[in-house]
Amino acid sequence: MNAIIGQPVSRVDGPAKVTGHATYAAEFSLPDLAYAAMVLATIPRGHVRSIDRAAAEAAPGVLAVMTHEDAPRLPYKQIAQRPQVDAQSGEQLHVLQDDQVRFNGEPVAVVVAETLEQAVHAAELVRVEYARSPAVTIFDAKQGRPPGEGNAKAGRVPELGRGDVEGAMAEAPVRVEARYVHPREHHNAIEPHVTIAHWEGESLTLYDKTQWVDNDRKEIAHVFGMEEERIRVVSPFVGGAFGSALRTWPHVTLAVMAAKRVGRPVRLELTRRQLYMAVGFRPHSEQHLRLGADKDGRLVALEHDVVQQVGRYEEYAETALSPTSHLYQCDNLRARYRLVEMDTNSPCPMRAPGVVTGVLGLEMAMDELAVDLGMDPLELRLRNYAEQDQQKGLPWSSKELRACYETAAERFGWARRKPEPRSMREGGTLIGYGMATAIYHSDRSGGSASVALTGNGMAVVRSASSDMGPGTYTSMTQVAAETLGLPVDHVRFELGDTNLPYAPVHGGSITMASLGNAVVAACQAVQTKLAGLAQAAQQGPFAGLAENAVVARDGGLGRADGSGPVVPYAELLRQHNLGWVEAEGSAQPGEETKKYSSAAFGAIFVEVRVDEALGTVRVPRMVGAYDVGRVINPKTARSQCIGGMVGGLGMALEERAEWDARFGKVMNANLAEYLVPVNADVAELEAIFVPNDDRNFNPLGVKGLAEVAICGVAPAIANAVWHATGRRIRELPITPERLLG
Amino acid sequence: MHPFTYAPVADAAGAAARALAGAQFIAGGTDMLQLLQENLVQPQELADLNGLGLAGITEEQDGALRLGALTRLQKAADDPLLRERCAVAAEALAASASPMVRHMATLGGNLLQRTRCLYFRDVSTPCNKRQPGSGCSALEGENRHNAILGGSEHCIAVQPSDLPVALVALDAEVLIQGAGGAERWVPVEGFHRLPGDTPEIETVMQPGDIILAIRIPAHATRWRSHYVKARDRASFAWALCSAAVALRLDEEGRVAELRVAAGGVATKPWRLMRVEQELLGHRLDRDRVRLAAVWASEGAVTRPGNAYKAPLLQHTVERAILELGGLA
Repeated sequence: MNAIIGQPVSRVDGPAKVTGHATYAAEFSLPDLAYAAMVLATIPRGHVRSIDRAAAEAAPGVLAVMTHEDAPRLPYKQIAQRPQVDAQSGEQLHVLQDDQVRFNGEPVAVVVAETLEQAVHAAELVRVEYARSPAVTIFDAKQGRPPGEGNAKAGRVPELGRGDVEGAMAEAPVRVEARYVHPREHHNAIEPHVTIAHWEGESLTLYDKTQWVDNDRKEIAHVFGMEEERIRVVSPFVGGAFGSALRTWPHVTLAVMAAKRVGRPVRLELTRRQLYMAVGFRPHSEQHLRLGADKDGRLVALEHDVVQQVGRYEEYAETALSPTSHLYQCDNLRARYRLVEMDTNSPCPMRAPGVVTGVLGLEMAMDELAVDLGMDPLELRLRNYAEQDQQKGLPWSSKELRACYETAAERFGWARRKPEPRSMREGGTLIGYGMATAIYHSDRSGGSASVALTGNGMAVVRSASSDMGPGTYTSMTQVAAETLGLPVDHVRFELGDTNLPYAPVHGGSITMASLGNAVVAACQAVQTKLAGLAQAAQQGPFAGLAENAVVARDGGLGRADGSGPVVPYAELLRQHNLGWVEAEGSAQPGEETKKYSSAAFGAIFVEVRVDEALGTVRVPRMVGAYDVGRVINPKTARSQCIGGMVGGLGMALEERAEWDARFGKVMNANLAEYLVPVNADVAELEAIFVPNDDRNFNPLGVKGLAEVAICGVAPAIANAVWHATGRRIRELPITPERLLG
Repeated sequence: MHPFTYAPVADAAGAAARALAGAQFIAGGTDMLQLLQENLVQPQELADLNGLGLAGITEEQDGALRLGALTRLQKAADDPLLRERCAVAAEALAASASPMVRHMATLGGNLLQRTRCLYFRDVSTPCNKRQPGSGCSALEGENRHNAILGGSEHCIAVQPSDLPVALVALDAEVLIQGAGGAERWVPVEGFHRLPGDTPEIETVMQPGDIILAIRIPAHATRWRSHYVKARDRASFAWALCSAAVALRLDEEGRVAELRVAAGGVATKPWRLMRVEQELLGHRLDRDRVRLAAVWASEGAVTRPGNAYKAPLLQHTVERAILELGGLA
């Protein structure tokens, strides 16, 4: 049988999605379903003075209006070991538990009605009076403070470094110093966040948009002081998330409370505008870099300070220093991470959290250094190539970044770049070439899967994972099909249900490196189990054979010595009168993190066209080459990479929350004014995977590729804009006012 | 969203009666649905005009083009007659919104599209247009989208549509049927009102009025014309600034007739008469066009967020004229 891993298999769930048969969280139809709508605070800080709910309660169809005055007091028990996706200190928002307003957009009431329209209308009739308190709504980098102990323990350290930065910087013949600003961004997945809560007695079922059903269950169990076993979370399809569905947001708690109150299943769906307040976002950041190099371009000192905004009721922090710590060889390094508390909802992970920010500053500063050195930007990267992770003092489990640079540069035609800015044009249009490096650390986590071989020749593989878009359904099907020796269409992968074996978070690019190996283990376990049954049987082709005399091969079992036929699984099951045989397998991170540092790498090259008179930048082509370890499915992997390029394009040129400090609020909270790229913005995108197979990191040899694909794109574009125009725009996005200003 | 009833109407008189009784009209619905969802309007009834006919583009006896109010933007953008004789209108339509929106939205509705000012669209903030007397949040707020021309201390909201900018350049008129059934013609240039101290009044439309058609006069169909739109992304974005130019050159190549209008920068489609004056009677050359375009931002009142619109307006006007004159 041909290898299935590495084949460009089309999405196995594609037909269901395009024909509308895929059921998303909002679409589960339950008898007696009622609808909830939230009332959100309109002040940035203070307290609720009074709530007039009479009109809402009298409105047609209204079943309940709940505020802090009558909401049940919830235990909000602490989770002993907070999951990495949560804020690591402080208290998550305790929704409707007191009269305090902590940010503009905090829920102050929820209305439940027979229909969505009735609920929305009644919510608009709730009159709330507030007493305002002074609020911190202006980002002031000088107010930055180190992250707390909880975050430091979770790897979001306040400082890291090595060597003598000041001494080396003072002696460096070439120095650059710059400050970069990156605004608050929002995930804006197509599917809004939505929860259906359904109580049956003391048992609760949640149909939720989530990237992690197991954690959703755990969080709600802790909020309500329930046993996890009494909660089931179902989430078979997710319409994009980019990190916004990693943790469990307050509206889930509201839906659960509301369903309890009215004694019916309740659906609570956020509006597009509410998504800017009721879930997280990528925090505003400002960063300051100083680079010192010798005349040959070797980095001798590197200083990187990152300051990000954070909410005040809990502390969410990111690994923004991680890329600087190990992307380049540099003996003297100091990086600091600070947080500015503001009265806002809490930020949260958004594709490549922290790392995309750190890479942005570092890769723009490297470009500025290359200019000062009179050196090609690619050559500068090669001169500072890190042969090992200098911060950890460990070798890379694998690193093919050099091949990425070479492949992408060649494919892009980097050699045609004239070094001088403003030196390339076509008619009145300025042309710029820019490049940047991408990196994202590779992680693994423990998880399990089960495999059932059935009498009709199918294999059903299950794990409580998620598929927010990368193609988990498809890639896991391929891994199982190859391991079992079955065709892809004989394998079905099921996910998104807490009744299935435990899966780790579907985020941080860890799903395949973590769960993929559990799927392999489960497939092998079921083969072993079936072989054991066949050997132990009184009759049949393998009856009485020794344990290692029977092996799985070509979709069935055969003798290890190769003699005799291979008996398909289904035939064996029939011979032994079994409907199915099932086994579970799991995989855990091993000793690899003690021996190696692991990361996915990429090199991204872009061309921009700048219309200087109108201040517009367009990107006719991007070429990225990636070392992501082994590629399970080049088709879905390519989709991830070009999706990352498009996300990076948005970050560079379009995305920005327009924050009004007077209200402490994002004003462009809709898709007509918060812009993300449209098809017309996107021209040629090419993603190339350089060959690699990282068995040092995990048995499957994969490294993960969701996050790395967005890293490096925005700085490459900003660097190309400099090359086109001679203008260094250090604040994103690069919109017309910045080029005309 | 306020509860409302829905009533399809069969004729203009019936529509007018419903409007006088508190109904608001819906045609393509591309803006109305947003207004309803954001609770910006609270009609008791939505009167659906789609049954009125009023679609299609026809040539009148004198050569004028008549555009039915219910013609969809995409139909108009694709119309061979409009493309050939009034390029600026077809280009402005093609640059509007997205294909999906253009297939729904109507020409009449496009003239009446409400502003995209961030504060008008968010009911939790003060806005004089939405709630007279509550204050203008945009003056000192996030105003990169707002107007540098035609504003007042009460409002600097931009009329966001592309088409009316082109129609001003084409000297077009709007045919309005009043509540009593009488028809009247209003120049597009005079259709929208400056905010002054009544920003809630946006057009000359009276209760019960219905737009029946737009008319581009015969002389304008013989002009050459062009539309340039600057925006944050390549498609599906409001104009940060746009310029519509229509002109006729005489036999010696001198500008005999010229109308220039700008969008995205003003509280209404903004005619740039000073730019016109600078060029009338002259041959187009790069220097003259550039110097004329400098007058485009005359009288502009800028704020930190929208100051870029002054140079952008000059550049956009210059670009449109140069491209039209084959000088770009």
